[in-house]
Amino acid sequence: MSGTTLQRGLAPAPAPVAMPFWLRQAPRVTLALFLAPVAAGLLGTVLPAFGYLPAIGGRAVTLAPWRILFRQPGIGTAIGLSLASGLGATALSVLLVFGCCAHWAGRQPGRIGRSVLAPVLAAPHAALAIGLAFLLAPSGWIVRALSPWLTGWRQPPDIATVQDPYGLALTAGLLVKEVPFLLLMTVSALGQLPVARTLEAAAALGYDRASAWVKLILPQVYGQVRLPIYAVLAYALSVVDMSLILGPSNPPTLSVLALQWFTAPDVRMYFPAAAAALLQLAVVLGSIGVLRALELGIGRVGRCWIAAGRRRSRAAPVLRLAAVGVCGLTLLGVLSLVALALWSGAAGWRFPALWPRHWSAAQWIRQIGTVAWPLGTTVGVAAASSLAALLLVLGCLENEQHGAAVPARRSLWLLYLPLLVPQIAFLFGMQVLLTVCRLDGTLIAVIWSHLLFVLPYVFLALADPWRSLDQRYARTALCLGASPRRVFLRIKLPLLLRPVLVAAAVGLAVSIDQYLPTIFAGAGRVVTLTTEAVTLASGGDRRMTGIFGLLQAVIPLGAYCIAIGATAARRFAPQPTEGRS
Amino acid sequence: MSGALRLERVTISLATRVLIPPLELSIMPGEVLTLMGPSGSGKSTLLNFLGGTLPGAFRASGRVWIGEREVSALAPQQRRIGILFQDDLLFPHLSVGENLAFGLEASLRTRRARAQRIEAALAEAGLAGFAPRDPATLSGGQRARVALLRLLLAAPEALLLDEPFNKLDAALRAEFRRFVFARAAAAGVPVLMVTHDATDAQAAAGAVLEIVPAPEGASIAPGARRTQAAAPVQSAGATVAEGL
Repeated sequence: MSGTTLQRGLAPAPAPVAMPFWLRQAPRVTLALFLAPVAAGLLGTVLPAFGYLPAIGGRAVTLAPWRILFRQPGIGTAIGLSLASGLGATALSVLLVFGCCAHWAGRQPGRIGRSVLAPVLAAPHAALAIGLAFLLAPSGWIVRALSPWLTGWRQPPDIATVQDPYGLALTAGLLVKEVPFLLLMTVSALGQLPVARTLEAAAALGYDRASAWVKLILPQVYGQVRLPIYAVLAYALSVVDMSLILGPSNPPTLSVLALQWFTAPDVRMYFPAAAAALLQLAVVLGSIGVLRALELGIGRVGRCWIAAGRRRSRAAPVLRLAAVGVCGLTLLGVLSLVALALWSGAAGWRFPALWPRHWSAAQWIRQIGTVAWPLGTTVGVAAASSLAALLLVLGCLENEQHGAAVPARRSLWLLYLPLLVPQIAFLFGMQVLLTVCRLDGTLIAVIWSHLLFVLPYVFLALADPWRSLDQRYARTALCLGASPRRVFLRIKLPLLLRPVLVAAAVGLAVSIDQYLPTIFAGAGRVVTLTTEAVTLASGGDRRMTGIFGLLQAVIPLGAYCIAIGATAARRFAPQPTEGRS
Repeated sequence: MSGALRLERVTISLATRVLIPPLELSIMPGEVLTLMGPSGSGKSTLLNFLGGTLPGAFRASGRVWIGEREVSALAPQQRRIGILFQDDLLFPHLSVGENLAFGLEASLRTRRARAQRIEAALAEAGLAGFAPRDPATLSGGQRARVALLRLLLAAPEALLLDEPFNKLDAALRAEFRRFVFARAAAAGVPVLMVTHDATDAQAAAGAVLEIVPAPEGASIAPGARRTQAAAPVQSAGATVAEGL
């Protein structure tokens, strides 16, 4: 063999599929759109927290903001409230969901279960919180159902059942919203495991179902739901909109305190506000750290426990209790949405009556003018941010399938950063960045801020179906002479139409959910259904609040129904794809 | 009529493992070369490389020619190399006719001419009137035939068969094998088949090469299980460079 032939032979073959420029850049563009605002946002919070914000006269680095922060009355209570409601809601959600899954081990939720969960999953936090307040309030549906025959009350009792000083209503609200979410995540992770066969194998070794689930299934499924659990923890610790509606007001939770100071007329309050936001970040990161340590500890103890070989447990009644709890919370969620609808159409509804005396569309007709503008803004922002997210995610996934460099793939976990960092900790700083770009208060700014939260969920919804499509379909189409663009448009997109539409619906729901990003990026000038609903909730007009809350809940649900319905009507249903070769 | 399929010092490795040692071979139009080897030996990987769809983790070198055309620098859709897999991979969202239309060369312009061409191909394969059907309603053997028709309508200049008979039961297997080889011969293109089934190699009635995986790197040798039907390797124009 001559030297030249050898050299030529060993030269790497040219990359056969040349990626278009924009596709090659997709992961980089996505991360830049993400990291820039989050990084700038965090910096824009850290500096003022130590007294540096030249625009309002803070030029020296001091600890003064922290001294002011800790001198505020009720700050200790606020921190305690955040911790109690956030940690309590997260721990209970996780235990309930795992218990419920263990109770119904090996069985997939039926169609009824799914269709009951869907509206609660789709409803924004604020709408659900308003509906729950309609249920739980002293003059709410639950008290009405029990009065006067059981309680003897002819007037609403003077008890703080909502906005109670212990944050119990807030915890309940978080549970109602987060349990269905974690349940969905866990069930879809379980779908990838051979649960039934594992349980059969364990039963043959003498293990009862509960022990087998906890010892064999839980350790396998936990890794899959870790990120959603962290996201729930971060969210529950720093939630603002639910806290404004259901939480106590004096003092409120830490994040609400920070928001009040950020929006205070006295700009000097920015400094303690930034310190509070930073403290919020520390609380969240600390809690995630503790949870991680707990995971490791439990994992180590659990191994010994599994190895001990005990086959029977007395956990069955506890698991049944968890299942009942999950059903109860789901029912509470559905009833909350029903309450929204009732109040929006009620005319004349005296206290102990269970149903309104009359129904009337008058309120709806009267409010059309008030509703139209926020409704249009909400839908426009949601559509724009979902579409942008969809394009970026599809770009990243296609890039990955064209054999992208491994580092680009690995760094995609950064996408989940906005879900783990409390919103209040970087939205103020991001507003500073937007002001510098002269974008603050514009629709673009609001769309961008929503994108930070829409994109991770769109990615979560789309990544698995996209990756598990048999790649030989695309290969076959290429070998038949179709260009990559044609393969994408004619083969992949139609085959994956349902996950794509569902991901878009998820994006819409997440965008409509956003309260704090709209307030900050919109600089108070962009009004959506969500910001209006939260504002109205503190007033006394239940009918008007009901209208805004109901609209907020109905739009995402409608989007889901369209996504499912549009793909159900297709001529040929896609078949389950076989494993990749 | 196309030219010969020629491989020039083709090597493929995954990390430090050499799957395909420097391989030189050429297959004349109308001939079938069978490459045998145990599963995981890199047979399918070689076909992926030839088709231009090698996953990024593999490293490959060498050149591939069809006649005077070097295809190894081309995008998969420009190579005119058709691959038949063991799964039919009919696109489930398209009807049988639409699947075939997706494969049919775009040079045939009018809708009517295309429909006629597709109907004729179906009729020749004993599937007349199947165009509007959902692929899911076809039997395994029918689906396999449609998959081959789709491939041939794209007018490939070389055919790669990736264990295409593996999932069919014995009776269907023999029938579909005859169908494939008859069609390939009629198309007059070089055919490279990989399989681990000796009867496939026998039915192909061509030269046989065998991949022998070894820890220090695989080697490729003339088929040890060569059958009487198989022509001697040299006469098929295949030369093998062994080892590294």
